[in-house]
Amino acid sequence: MIAVYLVLLIPLVGILYFALSGHREDSGKINVRFNGITLLATIWLAINVLNQGTIISTDKVFLIDPFNVYLIVLTAFVGFTTSIFSSPYMAHEKAIGKLSDGRLKLYHSMFQGFMLAMYLVLTTNNMGIMWVAMEGATLATVLLVSLYRTPESIEAAWKYFILCGVGIAQALFGTILLYYAAVQIGDGENALLWSVLYENADQLNPEILNIAFVFLLIGYGTKIGLVPLHNWLPDAHSEGPTPMSAVLSGLLLNDALYAVVRSKMLVDRATDSNMAGYLMMGFGLLSFLVAAILLHRQKDIKRLFSYSSIEHMGLMTFAFGIGGPLATFAALLHMTVHSLTKSAIFVTVGYAAQLAGTQRIDQIRGLIKTQPKIGWGLLIGTISIAGFPPFGVFTSEFLMLLATMHSYPWLAPLLLLGIGIAFAGLFRHIQPMVYGDKPEGQNPIKANLWPVTIHLALVLWLGLAIPGFLAHWFSQATLFISGSTPL
Amino acid sequence: MMNIEQLDFYTQAILSMAALVGLTSFLMLGQGRLLRLIFVFALQGFLLTLTTVLAAYSLDSHHLYISAVLTLLLKVIFIPWMLRRQVLKMAMHRDIEALKNNTAVMMGGASLMVFSYYVLHPIVQSSSVVMLNALAVSLSVMLLGMLLMISHRQAIAHVVGFMSIENGLFFAAIVATNGMPMVVELGIAFDVLVAAVLFGIFFLHIRTSIDSLDVDLLNKLNEVDK
Repeated sequence: MIAVYLVLLIPLVGILYFALSGHREDSGKINVRFNGITLLATIWLAINVLNQGTIISTDKVFLIDPFNVYLIVLTAFVGFTTSIFSSPYMAHEKAIGKLSDGRLKLYHSMFQGFMLAMYLVLTTNNMGIMWVAMEGATLATVLLVSLYRTPESIEAAWKYFILCGVGIAQALFGTILLYYAAVQIGDGENALLWSVLYENADQLNPEILNIAFVFLLIGYGTKIGLVPLHNWLPDAHSEGPTPMSAVLSGLLLNDALYAVVRSKMLVDRATDSNMAGYLMMGFGLLSFLVAAILLHRQKDIKRLFSYSSIEHMGLMTFAFGIGGPLATFAALLHMTVHSLTKSAIFVTVGYAAQLAGTQRIDQIRGLIKTQPKIGWGLLIGTISIAGFPPFGVFTSEFLMLLATMHSYPWLAPLLLLGIGIAFAGLFRHIQPMVYGDKPEGQNPIKANLWPVTIHLALVLWLGLAIPGFLAHWFSQATLFISGSTPL
Repeated sequence: MMNIEQLDFYTQAILSMAALVGLTSFLMLGQGRLLRLIFVFALQGFLLTLTTVLAAYSLDSHHLYISAVLTLLLKVIFIPWMLRRQVLKMAMHRDIEALKNNTAVMMGGASLMVFSYYVLHPIVQSSSVVMLNALAVSLSVMLLGMLLMISHRQAIAHVVGFMSIENGLFFAAIVATNGMPMVVELGIAFDVLVAAVLFGIFFLHIRTSIDSLDVDLLNKLNEVDK
């Protein structure tokens, strides 16, 4: 249990430390250390869960089960590697005069604030606190989106703030309805605890839960970036500093999906219909297809990969919606490989943009000739995210396709079509960027590509052979969510 | 169906409050002057405070008094004060925003209210008609808040809409479930406070960036590049 408190306490200390101490030359490195220690604490927590099974704290405030513990470790891992990337990247941004000391102080403090909110979403057992933390994550990152203070970034941040704020208000209404259904069967103070709700789910009023789920899906779906609630996402991801894009794409979207899946588990138990599943399938498929088509029309490299995030989140939402062990397993695996790959891509994209001095796709050219590490990193990352074998994304997409063919065969062609369109959309932009002649006047920059290498190696490993303990873990989580194991 | 005279005093009072809160939402919707808009918003906050005190008193639940004080401080005093200061600073208090299609917006608002009743109607099977009224009014206050944001162009009106959505949620929580668990309620209040402060910071940024608070001028980013 101490591990849980540590996971929450370290980022909290981080916020205060950066806020009070002011910016120093080595703030970036200290940020790495904070994230590193948190990562160790989460691994300790994971070992505890592996040995003892589900942990509920004595006051029932925290709940750690196989489903969220692996997301906690993933969050800490991506947070850690992103902070390694962020340290020299932000130093460069300061060196070229885009940022001041005060802004960097805000940046580091809010980086920790965002991490704290993410851990709180994942560890809490209380649906109300989950909402508070999710809104907290928006509040922590909204000033980071506008960190550069350009008119575009301010517009992006305002959109992000308003759309996510209004969207997530729907989730609060859903939570209130959930609470309303729960107090009818007793126990006021504890009624919003997920574990209590889950135990008594069959007594909850199905009518109210159905309505509640619609609101929860729309609310948290705004954060997942589901079409048509996705407008804020490409703006926020493209205008903020790149390390922020990496954690927003890699972590925030996952955690919002996590909240939806938790709600779905309650609703499925309370009602006999598969209403929640159908809704998720519909929204998921729509987001997947729309984002795949919009990939073709992008001119900004970060917006390009933001749409790719929407596409993949749509795919995961769709797979969780199908339910069933195979689809759930695939969705869990996809959450992992997408986070790892997408944050790696944003890291290389950040370097590519620094190299070319712009984010415009038509002005980024000849990366492999200019700086091979960055060029190859971007190319391999894109190959991985497009779902080529032998990378992990291929495995999870293949499993999703199998599950679809099994349960809803008539949807499988749409899925294949979407994957094809997205593939073409990515490569028509990526190819001229990485190949071709070196443009004049571009010089290699200092780049640390270790985070990228580690992430992509992990994704490759997950594609070739999922290690035993991880497979066990995914099966346990699948069993927990869908009621049976895939194998 | 029951007659309203047969209900106890508390229920009657709650129903009247629901009606008044709904009314303030409509008043905000048609308001083109920012200072009056902020005043009506503060009035809505005050009605919420009254509802909370009423619930706390008649249900004898003490933690609702804390919620009432929080609402009074945040929604009736701090946020309106902050918004008012911004309006005066920008010298916008004389401007009247010409609302396009005011009639259509009002009709839209009315249909949103009907829609709220329609959506929540299944609840009647398991609880009272009073509850349906309370929840439907809350939902329509939320939806009207969104409509307010759509129909107005000033950033300040957007903030008022945003906060009035939160008012709708709060009303639902008080009336339907006698408040949320204390820790959640404190968390929500904290989020609202931080959001209000952030809005203040944003006004400054938007003003220095486009020299106005008209959010229609924030139009550089598009879904597909033109």
